[in-house]
Parts: sequence; structure tokens; C-alpha cells
Amino acid sequence: MTFGAPIPGTPVFDGSAAAKGYALNKMCFSFNSKENRDAFLADEDAYCARYGLSPEHVAAIKSRNVLKLIAAGGNVYYLAKFAGIFGLSVQDIGAQQTGRTLEDFKAYLASQGA
Amino acid sequence: MARIIGGLTTSHVPSIGKAIAQKQQQDPYWKPFFDAFHPVHDWLAREKPDVAVVIYNDHGLNNFLDKMPTFAIGAAHEYHNADEGWGIPVQKPFKGDAKLSWHIIENLVADEFDITMCQEVLVDHAFTLPMALMYPGGQDWPVRTVPVMMNSVQHPLPNPRRCYKLGQAIGKAIESYPEDIKVVLLGTGGLSHQLDGERAGFINKPFDLWCMDKMLNDPEALARLSNHEIVEKAGSQGVELMTWIAMRGAMQGRVTQISSTYHVPISNTGGAVMLLENHPVPRAIAAE
Repeated sequence: MTFGAPIPGTPVFDGSAAAKGYALNKMCFSFNSKENRDAFLADEDAYCARYGLSPEHVAAIKSRNVLKLIAAGGNVYYLAKFAGIFGLSVQDIGAQQTGRTLEDFKAYLASQGA
Repeated sequence: MARIIGGLTTSHVPSIGKAIAQKQQQDPYWKPFFDAFHPVHDWLAREKPDVAVVIYNDHGLNNFLDKMPTFAIGAAHEYHNADEGWGIPVQKPFKGDAKLSWHIIENLVADEFDITMCQEVLVDHAFTLPMALMYPGGQDWPVRTVPVMMNSVQHPLPNPRRCYKLGQAIGKAIESYPEDIKVVLLGTGGLSHQLDGERAGFINKPFDLWCMDKMLNDPEALARLSNHEIVEKAGSQGVELMTWIAMRGAMQGRVTQISSTYHVPISNTGGAVMLLENHPVPRAIAAE
């Protein structure tokens, strides 16, 4: 049984996404450790190679584009650790994915409390 | 016998950890959320629970996709927090209650919930921040803890009915524990939010308020939801509602509300806090 009808703009991290993104997510999971975050920053290509990233994974990592990372099988909980390396919050990545400025994105969040 | 005295549900967004570290509790942005804990502090000071059973979802600190348990319970004497990669301060260790953990595990498995048993758990922000909100001020944690993790990362997720039944089984297990202890339950997560995709930033206040009403008055209505419905109405990470549903399932008695607060936004999330009290129902009445 599948999850159900697609919900616009809403990725579902199912078995097929998890299989596709396994190496990418495994690398991002490693960013729980500062030593690993520093190793990535010191030599990004070598670090990606160590985790066996596919060319699509590597391109998505290099793009720093969250929608591309999700399309490559990334899960947002692990990707948030990748974003953390650059000091980006979930508002920053929300703004990026929705094509808004950070201020507009924050205003959008607040507007839903009315 | 052990008694479940009440249950707290709260959002657990990581930025709460930063707000605590930077002492922003009185900032206009954060004040409505932190103020929601004043009645919680009064209640805890009055009731003095011995153990907190914390039902939460790990976000990739303890569990990875290599082996993803649907339901997992810690059975350790101590639990540590650790670096999660986004710079929130690491909380000091938490005392476990291994004896109670094993009692719950044994009863759950006897009840056909084949949960994963863990003698080491790194507890993430979904466990640590609600504890820090309940017990601010950095004193030693005044309760022992039992962590209960639910998979909210990898679909297929457990369905809401199953989460509710798990909660019922946890409640039954706790109330059959022979020691004379007071237990508070936590369900942490939610409410509506979505971090990923073009719909990122989606919050659904009417649905959140509906859920909060059902938490008190009609939890069966929450158990009847499907995960598809929850994702549609509460966003992809709104599925954390599963922890609330399980927590409510564990409250077997007559349930009353001490406090309930809802405020949008905290971070990307509908910030919700509820404190419910559980009153024992006499056996003769319960059997009718």
C-alpha cells in the first residue's frame, strides 16, 4: 500500500527515497560530530567520496539547494545538520525552498497565527 | 502501585534551546510560549512526580536509516544528550529508571507490541528541551526518566490508531507496576509544521486547535486520523502528533485540563502546550 495521493509541495520520505538517498543521508548524519563537520569543510570532495555519494548527491551538495538535495533522496532531518554547518536555520531553508526572502518567510509564518 | 498523575504535551523545536541559552524567555517573540509553562511549574511543584515517561521522536541523533525502529524504549540507568549539529547547548545527563523500563517492555511485548529495547540511548532535543522547559534553572533533574521513541522520519510511519493503542498498553503497564511512584507522561512534538518542499512554512491553526480540543475531549477522533490526513492538514513534520496521541492513550482515568496554550509561530511551528491531569477511576465503575 502506498502513502496515498500526492500532496502538492510536500515530499514523502518513503522507502524509495530512503534507498536513493542513503549515502547522502549517512554523510549528513555524520555531521552530528564537530570533527566530521570540520573534515567536510576542510575537503568537501574527499569527504563526499568517503561516503560513496552518487554524482547526483554530489551535485546537490555542491548546489547547497535544499529542493535538489531532497530530490536526490535527502531527508530534511539529516539535511538540517548539513545546513547547520553553514549556520542556516530552518527558516533559512524554508525561505530558500519557497523562493522567499528570509523576512518574507518569517512574515508568512507569523501571518498563519492570525 | 504506580500512578499516572498527568501528561504534558509540548512543541520541542530546537530553537527553544537557543532561546533558553540566550535567556530570551521574556522577549516578545518567545514570551507567550515560555509563559505557558508557569502553570506547569506550579503543578509539578505541587504534585512532585518521581518519573517522567517521555514519548518523543528522534531526529537523527540516536537512530539512523540503517536500523530504524518504529517504537523503541530505553532501559538504561542514565541517558546522555549530545551535539546534534546545529549548535544548541548539550544538556546534562538524565537519570533512568531501568527497573520501570523493563517492566514496561515486558508488559508491552506480552501485549503484542514488539518494541526495540535499548540499553544506550542518546536523547535528542525532543526529549531534552521539554525537560528543560519543565524544570528550568539548571538544578539536578528531579525525576527519573524512561525514553520512548517513535519513528517519524522514515515512511511507512506507525498509524495513529497503532500509536494510540501503544499508549494504552504503556498506561496499563505503568499502572501495574508494584512500586508506589507517581508518573508524569510527556508527548513532545508538533503541532503543525513543514520544513521541507515548496510548501515549507505551512502551519494550520484551525487543525491544531481541533487536535487540542480532541486531546481533552475525544482522543478517539485523533486515533481515527490517517497519516496521509495528518501530513495534508498538519504538514510533513506535523506527524509528530503521534507522540501526543500515544501519550493520551496512556491516560486511562478521567482526564481534566490544567492548562492549554497555543501560539504561532515558534520557529516554523504552531507552538502548543497542554497539561492534562489523570484521575483514577474506581475499579467498580471502570468495570461497568
